[in-house]
Amino acid sequence: MMKILVGYKRVVDYNVRIQVKPDGTGVVTDGVKLSANPFDDIALEEALRLREKGLAEEVVVVGIGPSDLTAHLRNGLAMGANRAIHVVTADAVQPLTAARTLLKLVEKEQPGLVILGKQAIDDDANQTGQMLAALWDRPQATFASKVEIADGKATVTREVDAGLEVISVDLPAVVTSDLRLNEPRFIKLPDIMKAKSKPIDLIELATLGVDSGDHLKTTHYAAPAKRSKGVMVKDAAELVAALKQKGLL
Amino acid sequence: MSKILVIAEHLDGKLNPSTARAVSAAAAVKPEAIDVLVLAAQADAIAAEAAKIEGVSRVLTVARAENAHPLAAVLAPQIAKAAAGYTHVFGPSTTFGKDVMPRVAALLGTAQVSDVMSVEGSHSFKRPIYAGNAIVTVEAEPSHVVVATIRTASWPAAASGNGNASVEALSVDAALPSHTRFVELRQGKSDRPDLQSASKVVSGGRGVGSKENFEIIYKLADKLGAGVGASRAAVDAGYVPSDLQVGQTGKIIAPELYMAIGISGAIQHLTGIKDAGTIVAINKDGEAPIFEVADIGLVGDLFKLLPEIEQAIG
Ligand SMILES: Cc1cc2nc3c(=O)[nH]c(=O)nc-3n(C[C@H](O)[C@H](O)[C@H](O)COP(=O)(O)OP(=O)(O)OC[C@H]3O[C@@H](n4cnc5c(N)ncnc54)[C@H](O)[C@@H]3O)c2cc1C
Ligand SMILES: Nc1ncnc2c1ncn2[C@@H]1O[C@H](COP(=O)(O)O)[C@@H](O)[C@H]1O
Repeated sequence: MMKILVGYKRVVDYNVRIQVKPDGTGVVTDGVKLSANPFDDIALEEALRLREKGLAEEVVVVGIGPSDLTAHLRNGLAMGANRAIHVVTADAVQPLTAARTLLKLVEKEQPGLVILGKQAIDDDANQTGQMLAALWDRPQATFASKVEIADGKATVTREVDAGLEVISVDLPAVVTSDLRLNEPRFIKLPDIMKAKSKPIDLIELATLGVDSGDHLKTTHYAAPAKRSKGVMVKDAAELVAALKQKGLL
Repeated sequence: MSKILVIAEHLDGKLNPSTARAVSAAAAVKPEAIDVLVLAAQADAIAAEAAKIEGVSRVLTVARAENAHPLAAVLAPQIAKAAAGYTHVFGPSTTFGKDVMPRVAALLGTAQVSDVMSVEGSHSFKRPIYAGNAIVTVEAEPSHVVVATIRTASWPAAASGNGNASVEALSVDAALPSHTRFVELRQGKSDRPDLQSASKVVSGGRGVGSKENFEIIYKLADKLGAGVGASRAAVDAGYVPSDLQVGQTGKIIAPELYMAIGISGAIQHLTGIKDAGTIVAINKDGEAPIFEVADIGLVGDLFKLLPEIEQAIG
């Protein structure tokens, strides 16, 4: 029976209003709430459901990040993952490095399925899953809203611009989760206690031999252009008049 | 000097307008040449359309049965091969481009610049992060090919009609996998303007209340000749199909007129409409955040106001 590897990235919580530092060197992250990337909670939930259906035996959450990421990975364990792998690095991790790192873990763990989020809501890159699939030379099924596993294959419904696309891929494969794949469960208090005894492997990124060359350099951060304040109209007639005046009707 | 390869997006034998937008971004790099690559089962009609786009030097076609559907695992090795000799490979930041381009980048061993909003130099670009709450300038490594997706809402479509590019068949020697198979595409059938290219869009949110009630949105849209969109909450509640979702994780659009009806204006939704010309908000809650970005706001019950608006339009 198969093992499922799940990407479990920690990001600034989606409710936080991001502020750009006045000197343009970054965004303010001191003291802001951090949470699991929402898509990764969905990815983990899907893996857990597959295990509960008897289609997988082990769910492993993976985080690549600084030493204090361990506490975050405990949340993944509390949600139900069997164990965690924490690849430790103090450097910011771009998608290509994340994909190359995940490939090393894939080679070691031999999962039947890797589920990542379709995008991390901090960098909004939407790349890692596709890159991992390419480097691993395996299928990818991105933006998944339904995953069915049978006979060594996954039938995946994908949310695409034109509607819903269904593809069939051989396993092992990489799936990336879209919002409507499932609704993640809440973590219960007793599970947090249980998670304390679950294993977390620590691996220094530097020991994995990952080529981390060729990166994008971020040279400046700016706040987005603000839209100018609009006007309020009092009724339908005024609205239509305003639109006519703008030549929109 | 730069040479740019733009990956064409197409469906049912027709070129997607996102391709001409990616050509605009390519032109901003001021390259020596912009070539468009069409991978399809039958490429001729699509290539003919692409050849008319102004600024395109050559249209390269790879016509083979395996390219009948846009499977990233099948297309990426061909694109990676075709990329030889180019300084940049651009694709649209649509679900097609988002799926295939990172796979191409990884095959080429390079990073990808996602969602290019502006070109600052041949290797310098602006892109949004944190749902558009910050705009970063990124520099790509000049020793590598630049693989990028183009944020379509930031770029006008390059003019079409006067272009006269040559069309050439390209043979790429790439082994194609059989591990990924297309099963079906369930397309929402609609005669309304396409959400991503419509000049007017009427969107409904959770405030619309039900699938049946959404008729009121369709009615106004038809009156205006507008496309229809929705918030995530409306999609999640099953009022409309998922391809109508506008926002950070849905479609990013830039119509001349956007009407948000019964939508609160969550940051993830606003990301999708920042580039709209005029935003109209109709919401019964005068404190709704949508009014902070709306050019024209109207507080009230949508079920009362929409029929009145239709009447006032005449
Ligand atoms: C990772 C992530 C990604 C997301 N991506 C997206 C995305 O791409 N797109 C997106 O839209 N959301 C997205 N969301 C969800 C987003 O945070 C909001 O939950 C969502 O946009 C809310 O939708 P809504 O405005 O329709 O619903 P609500 O916030 O519930 O607002 C409904 C509004 O309708 C008004 N209303 C109710 N009845 C009436 C009436 N009779 N007349 C007039 N007004 C009325 C109410 O006053 C209210 O303001 C995302 C969330 C996360 C966490
Ligand atoms: N540092 C990381 N640690 C764990 N998972 C990651 C990391 N970076 C990316 N991922 C996974 O890749 C997905 C897509 O990220 P991105 O390509 O950055 O948008 C995320 O949702 C995660 O599942």
